[in-house]
Amino acid sequence: MKKLIPCLVALAGTLLAASVAARDVTLLNVSYDPTRELYRDINNAFAAQWKAQHGDSVTIQMSHGGSGKQARSVVDGLPADVVTLALAYDIDAVADHGLIAKNWQTRLPDNASPYTSAIVFLVRKGNPKGIKDWSDLVRPGVQVVTPNPKSSGGARWNFLAAWGYALKQPGGNEAKAKVYVQELYKHVPVLDTGARGATNTFAQRGIGDVLIAWENEALLAQRQLGKDKFDIVVPSVTILAEPPVAVVDANADKHGTRAMADAYVQFLYTPQGQEIAAKNYYRPRSQEVAARYASQFPTTHTFTINELFGDWRQAQAKFFAEGAIFDQLGAGR
Amino acid sequence: MRKQVLPGFGLSFGYALTYLGLIVLLPLAALAWKATGIGVHGLIQLLSGPRTLAALRLSLFGAVLAASINAVMGLLIGWVLVRYRFPGRRLFDALVDLPFALPTAVAGIALTTLYAPNGWLGRWLEPLGIKVAYTPVGVLVAMVFVGFPFVVRTLQPVLSSLERDVEEAAESLGARRYQTFFRVILPMLAPTLLTGFALALARAVGEYGSVIFIAGNIPMRSEIAPLLIVQKLEQFDYAGAAALGVAMLLLSFLLLVLVALLQRWSNRWAERTL
Repeated sequence: MKKLIPCLVALAGTLLAASVAARDVTLLNVSYDPTRELYRDINNAFAAQWKAQHGDSVTIQMSHGGSGKQARSVVDGLPADVVTLALAYDIDAVADHGLIAKNWQTRLPDNASPYTSAIVFLVRKGNPKGIKDWSDLVRPGVQVVTPNPKSSGGARWNFLAAWGYALKQPGGNEAKAKVYVQELYKHVPVLDTGARGATNTFAQRGIGDVLIAWENEALLAQRQLGKDKFDIVVPSVTILAEPPVAVVDANADKHGTRAMADAYVQFLYTPQGQEIAAKNYYRPRSQEVAARYASQFPTTHTFTINELFGDWRQAQAKFFAEGAIFDQLGAGR
Repeated sequence: MRKQVLPGFGLSFGYALTYLGLIVLLPLAALAWKATGIGVHGLIQLLSGPRTLAALRLSLFGAVLAASINAVMGLLIGWVLVRYRFPGRRLFDALVDLPFALPTAVAGIALTTLYAPNGWLGRWLEPLGIKVAYTPVGVLVAMVFVGFPFVVRTLQPVLSSLERDVEEAAESLGARRYQTFFRVILPMLAPTLLTGFALALARAVGEYGSVIFIAGNIPMRSEIAPLLIVQKLEQFDYAGAAALGVAMLLLSFLLLVLVALLQRWSNRWAERTL
């Protein structure tokens, strides 16, 4: 008995030491749908780097889904350490419930969006309808596929891109923008609930002449469904989609993963992280990396949501809230 | 003398009540509680909106129509399965359950693939001017699909317990075939048929997964009420979503009460005619 106790203590000690020396840490990143490929690569690279620097093994778990639904899950208790969503409005919603500091968007560079995308057009091979710019989408006989901005966060960027285009035309104003966007949605035969559904409708069901899509989705669709089937058209002016990231303060502190979560989101800004983003068809913020992928991302005039609409809260209230502009359009017929 | 043959009434009743409360009443109470956040004024505004009305109309009328189609076709198929012996009957019988087993999203995608303008069926219907996918007709097709097994499965046991003697008696008493069907068989089947109808109806009203793929989801035209709820959730409008949910629940409840009344009436009708 006397020998047993020191034995146990020693055993416990070694176990403890071992666990301190090489901890096994898990991080949960709650993200939106089309980032699967991106974060698979990011997670591998980050885990390797963290192990090299700190000796701990990191397992990063992912949860993917519609951006709004993911934000709701986090609000309702999904223990995310990090959220990487499609629009700031969804992270604002999490912040409103006290899980993230209100100033989250200023804690990281570039509006907390380490990578961006542009809203572009996917058209059928050879561009039979000769689509070049936003104005071509409302020509008679042209059908446009885009998801419903009320149910898809990604599609809100599409809506704002169209609105911004109309506003930026010579003599453009709010009234003209409303007329243009109203006309545009009359050309939509199917309003899918999400971006992947819309891509399916366009690519697999053969509905429509143009799919309004995020550039990364368009490039991915082109690669997966065949370059011989679709062309990408970049309009003269479009919105710069900025999908933001944030550490979920309340959860990271509770899990004791704050240091790693911070390092994880900052990793996205490193040259390596930027390179991975570019490889996965997201536009990198780093000029250096962007220069290397210049052929993949044609230059075009872009505007940001802050330039034209203030911020996401204002845009949401003005366009997508109950009874706001989108509802007034009486989309459909 | 004891009133019951089997003991333990108190215990089993208590369990039944607790279980029902936990599984059904608690979530409903939570839903109603969430819905109160919207206030009376908000509720009136929500329910009188043209989009809400259009969506509720599509969901309810679509479901009633789908359940009616299922009642007629289900009766026919149930009859064939029970009364006739033919090769492949068991396989045929097993197929009936398929809409139960299939995840609704898979069903929706499969139906859309069939009925889209470039699909196997859609490409033949398109030149005839019939559009199914991305129209209210598509909504109906999906609702018929998911509700189909209910009528067949509720009717089957009753159909097989139906005595042939009754039909023979009717015939020997000089009833014509249609008289035998409408005055002898149908009254006996009516209560069960209505149960199947109510189940198919309840399923179709709330159906989301399969319908959104084929509906096209154009506001005022092919947008179902459950989709409006999802859209409200997407904007973090929990109270509005819950209120719409409660409204749908009440409308479905009214419909089911109506079916129950019909059932009672048909029971009396059956007693009188027999």
